[in-house]
Amino acid sequence: MTRGIVGIAGYVPYRRLQRAEVAKVFGSGGGKGARSVASHDEDTTTMGVEAARRALRSAPGAAPGALWFATATPAYLDKTNAATLHAALRQPAEVAAFDFGGALRSGPGALRSALDATGSGTTLVVVADLRDGLPTSGDEAAGGDGAAAVLVGDDAPGTPVIAEFLGGASVTDEFLDRWRTPGDRRSRTWEERFGETRYVPLGADAWQSGLKAAGVTAEEVDRVVVTGMHGRAAKALGRKLGVRDGALADDLSTTVGQTGAAHAGLVLASLLEQSAPGEVVAVVSLADGADVLVFRTTGALADWSPTDPVADQVAAGADLPYGKFLTWRGMVTPEPPRRPEPQRVSSSAAWRNEDWKFGFVGSQDRTSGAVHLPPSRVSMQGGAVDDMVPVDRADAEATIATYTIDRLAYSPSPPIVFAVLDFDGGGRFPVELTDVDPDTVDIGDRVRMTFRKLYTSDGIHDYFWKATPVRTATAG
Amino acid sequence: MASHGIKDRVAIIGMGCTRFAEHWDKSLDDLIVDAAEETFASAGLTKDEIDAYWFGTAQSGMSGITLARPLQLQGKPVTRVENYCTTGSEALRAAAYAVASGAYDIAMAVGAEKVKDSGYQGLNAFPIPNDGTARTLTAAAMFSMVAPAYGKKYGVGEDELTEVLARISWKNHQNGARNPRAQFRKEVSTETICASPRVAGRLGVFDCAGVADGAAAAIVVRAEDALKYTDKPIYIKALSFAAGSGAGLIDPEYDYTWFPECATAAQDAYAQAGITDPRNEFAMAEVHDCFTPTELVLMEDLGFAARGTAWKEVLAGTFDRDGALPVNPDGGLKSFGHPVGASGLRMFFEAWLQLRGEATPERQIQTDKKLALTHNLGGYPGEMVSFVSVVGTELG
Repeated sequence: MTRGIVGIAGYVPYRRLQRAEVAKVFGSGGGKGARSVASHDEDTTTMGVEAARRALRSAPGAAPGALWFATATPAYLDKTNAATLHAALRQPAEVAAFDFGGALRSGPGALRSALDATGSGTTLVVVADLRDGLPTSGDEAAGGDGAAAVLVGDDAPGTPVIAEFLGGASVTDEFLDRWRTPGDRRSRTWEERFGETRYVPLGADAWQSGLKAAGVTAEEVDRVVVTGMHGRAAKALGRKLGVRDGALADDLSTTVGQTGAAHAGLVLASLLEQSAPGEVVAVVSLADGADVLVFRTTGALADWSPTDPVADQVAAGADLPYGKFLTWRGMVTPEPPRRPEPQRVSSSAAWRNEDWKFGFVGSQDRTSGAVHLPPSRVSMQGGAVDDMVPVDRADAEATIATYTIDRLAYSPSPPIVFAVLDFDGGGRFPVELTDVDPDTVDIGDRVRMTFRKLYTSDGIHDYFWKATPVRTATAG
Repeated sequence: MASHGIKDRVAIIGMGCTRFAEHWDKSLDDLIVDAAEETFASAGLTKDEIDAYWFGTAQSGMSGITLARPLQLQGKPVTRVENYCTTGSEALRAAAYAVASGAYDIAMAVGAEKVKDSGYQGLNAFPIPNDGTARTLTAAAMFSMVAPAYGKKYGVGEDELTEVLARISWKNHQNGARNPRAQFRKEVSTETICASPRVAGRLGVFDCAGVADGAAAAIVVRAEDALKYTDKPIYIKALSFAAGSGAGLIDPEYDYTWFPECATAAQDAYAQAGITDPRNEFAMAEVHDCFTPTELVLMEDLGFAARGTAWKEVLAGTFDRDGALPVNPDGGLKSFGHPVGASGLRMFFEAWLQLRGEATPERQIQTDKKLALTHNLGGYPGEMVSFVSVVGTELG
């Protein structure tokens, strides 16, 4: 039975920090290129939702039996973050949702586990990470924020495998190169040279084993990316893989940064989006050992169209001032608006309204057709009671009917840009805009919905939907 | 099914109103006592002679005890009412209906709000546990969406509209400057108004109501008893109220250029009072100018100007203190201030003073016409409650 990838997508947040901005402020730090920056209203859960929405849209027939979520920076501990993704993706209750948490290696580990489980049905593997570092640190500059979602399954009519998993290998070694104690915002690292001397031979071992398991030679590999938070080790290993010239592909480090637990998934999405049928594609990930995954793209890849290619998202990014970056990361605390902070979300109220809050599902009066956002039992037209059908607007685009900018209301990053939206297919809802420059908004603009975190109070994240401008690859 | 109203069945025979201000040195109880004592004195009555009380406060206290304790009312029926920013008007409506029903001979409405103890700017809603999906915009932002929609619909350019809104603010500051009880007692030039820092959308600080502490009160009796207490009673001609369903927020047909709830309440009030020509029958109107675009749109919702023409009337000075129909001669929410629970009763207080010829001479309006209108709203464009009253000095 052929097992592999039936759908895949990456998610790169809209904002970029130009690394040169760091040295302009501090006199040191930063570097060349840019890193991606999650918005103040994004966390690994919301980025994971955005990646998963794109992956599911790229494989319309896929019905996952399980949802695995891996990150090194979970929004919650104890509570399963995959359950939030499960709700936002409107998955049936029978779909199991599990977190793989803590370690950077949990991302490639989840992917490998799903790929190995032949005959186990389709698993939606979502990886996301948000990389912090102290101002001027290497981690601040080299890190990136992002997510990827991979639908792993067995080849079947309606859900063809676009990249067959040929095989892989993992090697494990206990050594301290990078670590973070729970609660710390920053990671700590041992002397760089030590890690390099461990990772390069471990990676070379895993590479040879992986090629053998896949039944291919290094020369047959068309595209490969070596990834890992130890940049020097990844580069050094790349030179030793023995692949053809030009096979070593862009690891996104100059445009996105290293997205930790998400990065193997993100570069895999990027590789497959650029591949043609019949190519051998591999990813090597260095984290507490090494993991190698080798694929061969299938004929089905020709008919597969990515929802929102990584390259387009990378190109559409817009720069963020370094001060905003530090604010969003909690490294500096600016004066907040003189308004009370929001109260915590009611758990029971949120549960009752799960489809609305997490799925953006309203209701439609069967008689008048009037769409109600949020859902209502009594119609605003005609007076029908309890005669509504659910209506999903999370994937609908909308047009801005009117808008305003609120400079006084509480927001983690004022001002609030707020618009009244008229949805394609019916329905109006006033909602906050995000990933937007207030000066560019206009009546008639087209927007789409995105899953975000409105605020956090009493340790409870308030997840709901916002709208963001529909951008083309050339925008920004 | 009908709205019959209580025209000429109930009269206001005493009123009081504190200055509206940032009363750092006064508690809610102080404000209540000040307004109530002035009102008792105005009617020549003591607290024990009042049969029943209605107390309006949006969020400064709960239950009738918030009024009974500071006034030390012994065993009286005291009810707290709340209906957003129309709370003060609702207290009077309840008291008037109680007297009209025959249940009580003398009833009192008191409205009070202590907003300046929160430590925050502006007004802040009492948090009710919810699912976290409700909008958290300020009122300023919600109302700021009215101006561009109005301008677009009626072809009023951005600069022209700015001038119109500044003119409304300028007028209300002119009026407030002459009113000893107003929060802001300074004239403000239109240049200053236009240059003020933006709060939301195009609205600046001078487009927004003043946030103040204050209290106001009224005593009502049956109309036939009114002359026992005063030779200049103010008769209630109409009290109307309309609550929207909130559908404006989710109905694509709503265009943010009018407030249907206000138009509905006005129509009902005019039917109750027998008003056929609102533009020409009132000596004055007090309207809920929470933001300058609100006052603009209300001129049309209340029938003072045809749709799409209020902006021209504003520029022509129609609603100035010496215009054809003075609107907010006391300064309005803009410069008199807006202690939520008191504002509705403050509007009646201005009608009481002006119709009785008791405003200070420099701000007394012409009273050839014997009727006044008060309009009070709560909520936001799309989900609003609205109150309209008509009062007058003559029966019939």
